Amino acid sequence: MLLFVVSIATFAIFFLVPRLAGMSADDLASRYVGKAANAQVIHDTAIRLGFNDPVIVQYGRFVKGIFTGVDRNYGPGVEHCPAPCLGYSYVTQNPVLPDILNRLPITLSLALGAAVVWVIFGVATGVVSALRRGSFFDRLSMGIALAGVSLPIFFTGIVSLAIFRDQLGLVGDVADWVPFSEDPLTWANNLILPWVTLAFLYAAGYARLTRAGMLETMSEDYIRTARAKGLAERVVVLKHGLRATLTPVLTMFGLDLGLLLGGAVLTESTFSLPGIGKYAVDAISNNDLPQVMGVTLIAAAFIILANLIVDLLYAVVDPRVRLA
Amino acid sequence: MAGGIVIVLLILIAIFAPLIVSWLGHPPAEWHREKIDPAIQAPIGAFGGISWDYLFGVEPTTGRDLFSRILYGARISLLIAFFATLLCVVLGTVLGMIAGFFGGWIDTIISRAMDIFLAFPLLVFALALAGVIPDKAFGMSGDTLRISLLVFIIGFFNWPYIGRIIRGQTLSLREREFVDASRSLGARNHVILFKEILPNLIAPILVYSTLLIPSNILFEAALSFLGVGVRPPTPTWGGMLAEAVHNYDVAPNFMLFPGLAIFVTVLAFNLLGDGLRDAFDPKAR
Repeated sequence: MLLFVVSIATFAIFFLVPRLAGMSADDLASRYVGKAANAQVIHDTAIRLGFNDPVIVQYGRFVKGIFTGVDRNYGPGVEHCPAPCLGYSYVTQNPVLPDILNRLPITLSLALGAAVVWVIFGVATGVVSALRRGSFFDRLSMGIALAGVSLPIFFTGIVSLAIFRDQLGLVGDVADWVPFSEDPLTWANNLILPWVTLAFLYAAGYARLTRAGMLETMSEDYIRTARAKGLAERVVVLKHGLRATLTPVLTMFGLDLGLLLGGAVLTESTFSLPGIGKYAVDAISNNDLPQVMGVTLIAAAFIILANLIVDLLYAVVDPRVRLA
Repeated sequence: MAGGIVIVLLILIAIFAPLIVSWLGHPPAEWHREKIDPAIQAPIGAFGGISWDYLFGVEPTTGRDLFSRILYGARISLLIAFFATLLCVVLGTVLGMIAGFFGGWIDTIISRAMDIFLAFPLLVFALALAGVIPDKAFGMSGDTLRISLLVFIIGFFNWPYIGRIIRGQTLSLREREFVDASRSLGARNHVILFKEILPNLIAPILVYSTLLIPSNILFEAALSFLGVGVRPPTPTWGGMLAEAVHNYDVAPNFMLFPGLAIFVTVLAFNLLGDGLRDAFDPKAR
C-alpha cells in the first residue's frame, strides 16, 4: 500500500510537476541528449523514452517492469530486464536495480555501524542522567545532547574531517571505500569518522528520549513494588525500568534506521561516500527519472521493513504487547 | 529565557541586515578580488582575512564579505522556517482537529495520510521536488519562486508531526463536559471546533510550533547544502557550507561562521521550545 502511494507520488512529481510548470515532452527529452542535438533527435528521444504517451500508460509500463520484467529496445538490439525491473537510467543506460544493490553494502555499513554506537551511548547516557537527576553528569550530558540535536551533520562532518583527518591524520580517507570482506581494518578506519559524527547527532536525541522516559517510569508504582520485594537496584533499573522505557526508543529506532538505510543522503554527501544516498542526489541532479523512482521505492521499502521488524521486537521488549 | 533573547536579537538582525551591513560591512554580492591571494585562491591574512573592515573575513575566490553574507543568510533561513512552520501548523491543526473531532471514516483517511507522510523518504522526496521545478514557474521566478517553493515543500511534508498531536488532544477534548454543554445549547460543529476546542489547543500548538521551527531551519539548510535551495548569488547558510567542503583548509572562517550561525539559531529555538514545554506541562520538568 505504502509502496504504491510512494511510486505514484514519485511518478507524479516527475511527470506532472514539470508539465504544470510548463515544460513539453521535447523539453524533457532535451535534457538527455546533450546540448548539440537538433530538434529531430530530441523529438525522437522523446518518443523512444515514451514521453508523449499518456501518463497512465507510462506509469503502467513502470509497474509492469517491476512485476513481469520488460524488454527494452536500445537501438541495435532488444534486451530483457528480468522481473523486479526498475527500468534503465536515461543517462547511463544501466539497469537501475543492480546499480542500487551494488551501493547497498556502503550504506548498510554506515547505518548499522553508526546505529550500534548511538544506541549504546544514547541509551546509557539517558539512563545514567535520569538516575542521577540534577547531578553534574546529568546537566553536562543534557547540555551536550541539546547542542547535539541543534547541529547539522554537514557542519559537524566537515569540522571533524578538518580536525581528525587533515590536522591529526588519525583516520583514512573516507571517500576510499573498501569492502569489509577485503580488509576489515581499513574498512573500519575509513568509516569511523562518519560513524561517530552520525552517531553523535542521533545519540543526543536518544539520550533525551531515554532520560525523559526513565524519569517517568521510575516514579511508577511497580518500580516501588520491585524495590519493596528487595530486588537489587541493578535489576530494578535494567529489568523493570529500562524495559518499559525501551518501547518509544524502539519506535524511533525503527524510523531512523529505515530512513538511513534508504540513503544517508546528508552524511554520504558530506563524506563523499558512494552509497545509496549519494546515488539519489546524483540521480536527482541528473533528472534521471528511473533512477529516482528506483531509489525512492527502495528507500520506502526499507522504512516499511524496519517498521515491521520493530513491531515484532515490541513483543520481545514489552510483555504487555505479547499478551494482547 | 536565554533562548528567547537570542531569538529576538536574531530576528532584529535579520530585519535590519541592510542597515547593519551598511555600517559594518560591504554589500553581500560585492566582489573584492584584492583580498584574495591569486596563487591559491584563498583569502589574504589570518583566519580568512578577519579584520575590522571584514568582521568574519572574506569568502575564498570571490572575496565577498562573509559577515554581510551571514546576516543576509539569516533573512532567508528565518523567513523560510517561519512560513513553513506556519503552513505546518495551519495544516496540522485543521486536519488534526477535523480527524479527532469527527472520527469515523474522516479520521481513518486523515490518519492514514499522516502515516504515509511519516513513513516517506522525506529528504529524497523533497530533493526531487525542489530539483525538478524549472527556474520560471507558476508566474514567479528567481528568489521569490525558490522561497515559496521551499516553504511549500517543508510545510507540506512536516505537518503530520503536529497533526498527530492535535488529533490526540482533540480526541480527549471532544469528550469533555463543556463540549456537551455547548452542543446542548445548540452550537453547531464549526462553532464547537473553533470557539470551544481550538482555544484549549493553543498551548500545545505554541510549544510544538516552537520546536518545529528549528527542525525546519535544519531542513532548509540541508536542502540548500544539497544544492536545491535558494539559488546563488543569494547567500544561504547551507549553500555556504556546501562550498566550504571544498576549501575549508585554506579558509576555515568560511566553514565555521555559517555552521555556527545555524547552530546558534537552532539551539536558541530548541531552548525556547523546551522551556515552553516545561512551563505548560509541569510533569515534564
